[in-house]
Amino acid sequence: MSASIEMPVLKDMFDENGLAKDTHGADAQPIYLDYSATTPVDPRVAAKMIPYITEHFGNPASRSHPYGWTAEKAVENAREEVAKLVGADPREIVWTSGATESNNLAIKGAANFYSEKGKHIITITTEHKAVIDAVRELERQGFTATYLDPEPNGLIDLEKFKAAIRPDTVLASVMFVNNEIGVIQDITAIGNICRENNIIFHVDAAQATGKVEIDLEKLPVDLMSFCAHKTYGPKGIGALYVRRKPRIRIEAQMHGGGHERGMRSGTLATHQIVGMGEAFKLAREEMVVENARILKLRNKLLHGLETMEEVYVNGDLEHRVPHNLNISFNYVEGESLIMAVKGIAVSSGSACTSASLEPSYVLRALGRSDELAHSSIRFSIGRFTTEEDIDYTINLMKSKIDKLRELSPLWEMFKDGIDLSKVQWAAH
Amino acid sequence: MAYSDKVLDHYENPRNVGTLDKNDPNVGTGMVGAPACGDVMKLMIKVNDAGIIEDAKFKTYGCGSAIASSSLVTEWLKGKTIDEAYAIKNSAIAEELALPPVKIHCSVLAEDAIKAAVADIKAKQLAKETA
Ligand SMILES: Cc1ncc(COP(=O)(O)O)c(C=O)c1O
Ligand code: FES
Repeated sequence: MSASIEMPVLKDMFDENGLAKDTHGADAQPIYLDYSATTPVDPRVAAKMIPYITEHFGNPASRSHPYGWTAEKAVENAREEVAKLVGADPREIVWTSGATESNNLAIKGAANFYSEKGKHIITITTEHKAVIDAVRELERQGFTATYLDPEPNGLIDLEKFKAAIRPDTVLASVMFVNNEIGVIQDITAIGNICRENNIIFHVDAAQATGKVEIDLEKLPVDLMSFCAHKTYGPKGIGALYVRRKPRIRIEAQMHGGGHERGMRSGTLATHQIVGMGEAFKLAREEMVVENARILKLRNKLLHGLETMEEVYVNGDLEHRVPHNLNISFNYVEGESLIMAVKGIAVSSGSACTSASLEPSYVLRALGRSDELAHSSIRFSIGRFTTEEDIDYTINLMKSKIDKLRELSPLWEMFKDGIDLSKVQWAAH
Repeated sequence: MAYSDKVLDHYENPRNVGTLDKNDPNVGTGMVGAPACGDVMKLMIKVNDAGIIEDAKFKTYGCGSAIASSSLVTEWLKGKTIDEAYAIKNSAIAEELALPPVKIHCSVLAEDAIKAAVADIKAKQLAKETA
C-alpha cells in the first residue's frame, strides 16, 4: 500500500501543523480496529465514485444515449476488475446488494433450481447468519440440512465432511474466511470432495477478498459471494460468482427487468459498482505488500497481549488471515472490557446485552467454554492501522485488564488456586 | 450502548472494591451469578453487635452495569441494619443508575447478592447463639 494515504476519519486527528492531536481522550474518535465489521472506503475509491453520482448519472441499461453508454462502460469495467481479483470471467459476475444477498441468491437459487437432484444441504455451524438462515429457510420449504461443527481450531475435518454427504446432497456451503476468528478453510480440498460427489459448492468469500489469493480458474467452486465493504469499497454492493464451465444455473430471487442475464433484476447502482471495481483493483495491486505489513502488526499485537496471564487465542493461528486476532482474556467479562477500552473500536463475543444472553455462537461451536466466549475480543487490523495504534492498544489493554481483574471475584479465586469448574454456581 | 453518567461514574471509580475476612464471625458473604452467564458478584458485609453494617466490599465479574450496581449497593449498605439491607429492591438500584430494560438483571443480581450476604450473616449468628 502507499503509506501516504490516511484513513479518512483520521484527518480530524491532526492539527494544522500536521501534528497528531491527543486523540486518545474520551471525546476523540477511537482507533478503528474493527475492519472485519466494515472498512472505511479508501479515499481513492471514493474519488472514483463521485462522478458517477453527479455527472455520469445515466442508467447503464439505457441503450439509446451516451448517458447510458458511459454508465454501462463503467459497470463493465468494474465487472472486469472484480473478475480479475478472483480469477473469473467477467460474464461470471452478477451484481448484488452485498454478501447477504449473494448468499441468499446462491443458496436458495441453486437449491431450488436443482431440487430434483436432491434436497439435502451441508453447511457449517460457524457460517455467517446470512448462510445459516438461508439454509434454515430452505428447511422450512422441505429441504433437510446438516450443520457440521468445526474442530476446536475452527477448521473442518474433511473426513467428517465426507461422512455428512448423502445420496441426496445437492449443495454445500462453506465460508472461505471466518468473520469472527479469521480462519481460512481448505476450499480446494472441500471443493474436490464436492466435485467427486456431484454436489454444488458455494463459498461465502465476503471476508476473503484482498486477504487470501482467490483463483476461481483453479478452485473447484461453483458459486462464490463477495461484498465491497470489507475491502475498502462502499456498503450495499456485492457480487455473486456463477460458474460458466461447467455451467451452474440458479433461480432468480428478485424478478423484474431481467438485468444481470435474468439472475438479478434491478437498476444497477453505477457509483457503488464503480467503487467495488476500484476497491478490488487496489486489493489486487496491493494485497501482497499490505498483508505482509498487517501480519507484522498482528504479531506485534499478539506478542504484546500474550505477556499477560490467562490469555487464549480463539481459532487456528496458522490457517488464518493476518488481519484477525480473536482473543479471550480469562476472568474479565467482554462487555465491561469494551467499556474500559473506549480509546479503541473493537467487538466482543460476549452477548450479555443481547436478548439471548448467549455468547458468540462461533466460539461456542469451537467448544470454547461460555466463560472464555464471554471474555473474548475481536481485533481486526487493516489498511490504515499504524504501529503506534498497536502500541497504544497493547498498553491500554494491559492496564484495563489489570484493573478489571482486580475487580473480578473469579480472578481472585483463580489466584487462590480454586478450581472454578468445581464451584457450585447459583446459576440464574 | 450509551451508559448513564451514574453507571459510568461507578464503573470508572468503583467504591469499596475488595474483600473482608470471610472467617470473621461478623462477616457475611454472598456470591451470586455464574461465569457461564457472564456475571458473578461477590458481596461481603461486616456487621457489628448492634446489627448495623459497618463495612461492605465487593468484587464483580460482569458488564459495566453489574459493576456499577454492586458498587452502588456497597455505599447504600453502610450504616443500615441487616433487616433494612434485606429490604433493598433491585428496582431502586435500577432507578438510581437509570438502567435500561436489558440491564435490569444486573440490578437483580445485586439484590440477590445482598440477600445472600444477609442470609450468610444470619446463619453465622444462629450458629453462634446455638453454640
Ligand atoms: C462472512 C460474511 N458473510 C456475509 C456478510 C454480510 O455481508 P453484507 O453486509 O455485504 O450483506 C458478512 C459481513 O457482515 C460476512 O462477514
Ligand atoms: S451482568 Fe449480564 S448484562 Fe449485566
